[in-house]
Amino acid sequence: MSNNGKRKPVNEEEDDDEEDGNERDLEAWEKAYADERSWESLQEDESGLLRPIDNQALHHAQYRRRLRSLSSASAASRIQKGLIRYLYLVIDLSKAAGEMDLRPSRMVVVAKQVEAFIREFFDQNPLSQIGLVVIKDGVAQCLTDLGGSPESHIKALMGKLGCSGEASLQNALELVHEQLNQIPSYGHREVIILYSALSTCDPGDVMETIQKCKKSKIRCSVIGLSAEIYICKYLCQETGGLYSVALDEAHLKDLILEHAPPPPAIAEFAIANLIKMGFPQRAAEGVISICSCHKEAKFGGGYICPRCKARVCELPTECRICGLTLVSSPHLARSYHHLFPVTPFDDVAPMLVPNQHRRPKSCFGCQQSLLNPGNMPVRCVTCPKCKQFFCLDCDIYIHESLHNCPGCESLRDSKSVN
Amino acid sequence: MVLIDTNPLFWSSTAAPLSFSKFLSQVLSFVNSILLLNQLNQVMVIATGLNSCDYIYDSLSGPTTPTFETLLQKLEDFVVKDEELNKDDSVDGIGSSLLSGSLSMALCYIQRVFRSGSLHPHPRILCMHGSQDGSGQYVAIMNSIFSAQRSMVPIDSCVIGSQHSAFLQQASYITGGVYLKPQQPDGLFQYLTTVFATDLHSRSYLHLPKPVGVDFRASCFCHKNTIDMGYICSVCLSIFCKHHKKCSTCGSAFGQPQTNVSMSDQKKKAP
Repeated sequence: MSNNGKRKPVNEEEDDDEEDGNERDLEAWEKAYADERSWESLQEDESGLLRPIDNQALHHAQYRRRLRSLSSASAASRIQKGLIRYLYLVIDLSKAAGEMDLRPSRMVVVAKQVEAFIREFFDQNPLSQIGLVVIKDGVAQCLTDLGGSPESHIKALMGKLGCSGEASLQNALELVHEQLNQIPSYGHREVIILYSALSTCDPGDVMETIQKCKKSKIRCSVIGLSAEIYICKYLCQETGGLYSVALDEAHLKDLILEHAPPPPAIAEFAIANLIKMGFPQRAAEGVISICSCHKEAKFGGGYICPRCKARVCELPTECRICGLTLVSSPHLARSYHHLFPVTPFDDVAPMLVPNQHRRPKSCFGCQQSLLNPGNMPVRCVTCPKCKQFFCLDCDIYIHESLHNCPGCESLRDSKSVN
Repeated sequence: MVLIDTNPLFWSSTAAPLSFSKFLSQVLSFVNSILLLNQLNQVMVIATGLNSCDYIYDSLSGPTTPTFETLLQKLEDFVVKDEELNKDDSVDGIGSSLLSGSLSMALCYIQRVFRSGSLHPHPRILCMHGSQDGSGQYVAIMNSIFSAQRSMVPIDSCVIGSQHSAFLQQASYITGGVYLKPQQPDGLFQYLTTVFATDLHSRSYLHLPKPVGVDFRASCFCHKNTIDMGYICSVCLSIFCKHHKKCSTCGSAFGQPQTNVSMSDQKKKAP
């Protein structure tokens, strides 16, 4: 700080040279306030002393809140989740998407986040499908049809970036409504709209369209990039979706990834049904056959549809010849963790530890020591079922990625309970 | 990261192709040879028991080369503890070890290695497994496999038992590891050093045993038959071989909108 202060009276020429690259022409000491916000990484403790924020604890607290809200929501409705989703992603590429408030522009930032979202979505929902729609020049245009391959969507989107004209909410909804009406009744219909514009330019009454979507049980969610708009809020309220406005790029990422795990199923939205599926076997190596998806002769490992014996290259897919849904058992298993979530771990109060022998010295999962260098215990958590202790990092890993409690898995009797 | 199966039921049965002590001595020389290959190599040994799992050797904290005594001491403690747990349990073992538990522990440890080091480690897991698959662990093992896949950790497997392990076949296939069932278990050390000792980079230059076909077919929940074509419940993804009126897992009735009746049914079933 004192360094910056001293530099101010130095002659102006030198200063100008330094600041040439910066278009806003800030003094160096101003930059320290505008960009770095160093005071935000400090907090006051009980006795009024300043100390750096414990980032790890903060991060962990944030994650706990997320976990708790999730588990309370699922406990209320006895875990029913829409595992088979048909989702249309509507991306606003009107003039407003060219705004530069997010660097380099809203459009580029959105495209980047959409790409991450699509990959995450298919990772979590292997049986679901996505379609892309863009709004441009007042009309909605279907970029890709519903499909299960992340690469083709991302490629189509990256090739079509460029913004112009007005945005039209009604046109987008009409198009999506028409497309989603064709899908089977057991699927969950969803729309996520990434809306940059502050207005909508519609050919008719948008309210009627909203009612139509409501009737067809399409869950519409909107993520705004500029400010809250009444019509979007109304749309989400009516159809049971989420409405949120992104503050910055990191917030936008959080908001959009929130839509990746399957939402709690709303009882009458999708009708339970049995779906006929095939489990194709991998063809033997070294066999030449003509595949039905690319229509060319291929050599070696493909999958054979059990009903019509046609060859397909990738799973999951729909057989081109007989229309049977083809999956492999790992695809189904990938979704099971949504149905059997790990119970949240309990916090262990650090004061509760005088009886050292009761508490193990290291984390059950990763063997990391649970004692600080000064032999002071660090914060840790415990599983309510198997009573094992875990460090905070393992806690996050177990709930976000592994979906298994190592303690419960290494106990024989917990098996019979499951 | 080596997981050893210490299932006493398997090792004492006649199905075991070689004695446990012989097996241990071969694995130990393998562990030592990995540590000697590069001074940055680290080995972690986890024992997979019938009733529990535990770390038995860590090259970071323990002696630099594992001697037979230290490992054996830990292992004996573990086996005794494992047996004690068995006595409390009135149900005697079905004969499958807790692979899911040791896999989860291994993955937790690997996450810690990722967090701590800037060394860009290439961790991998080697499962030495003898006993049968426990069908109750299916979901947990699949979860571990997908988690390993996401963090790019290959799971190698070496099956010593008489049967192939469908779980480990899938694990190695999905994560890009090597699945091997030695034809002559007496020469285990030879198999281990030729196939599993090399690092991931040089592995691509080796002519490794060709993977046998992996069976990806599912088994139905009603008869446990393996099926080609079946019906999937759209709510809970249970697999059935015939058309049912009602899902036996989640209780939703098919072909009509879910009503409150089915919801209350389900609640009765839950406890």
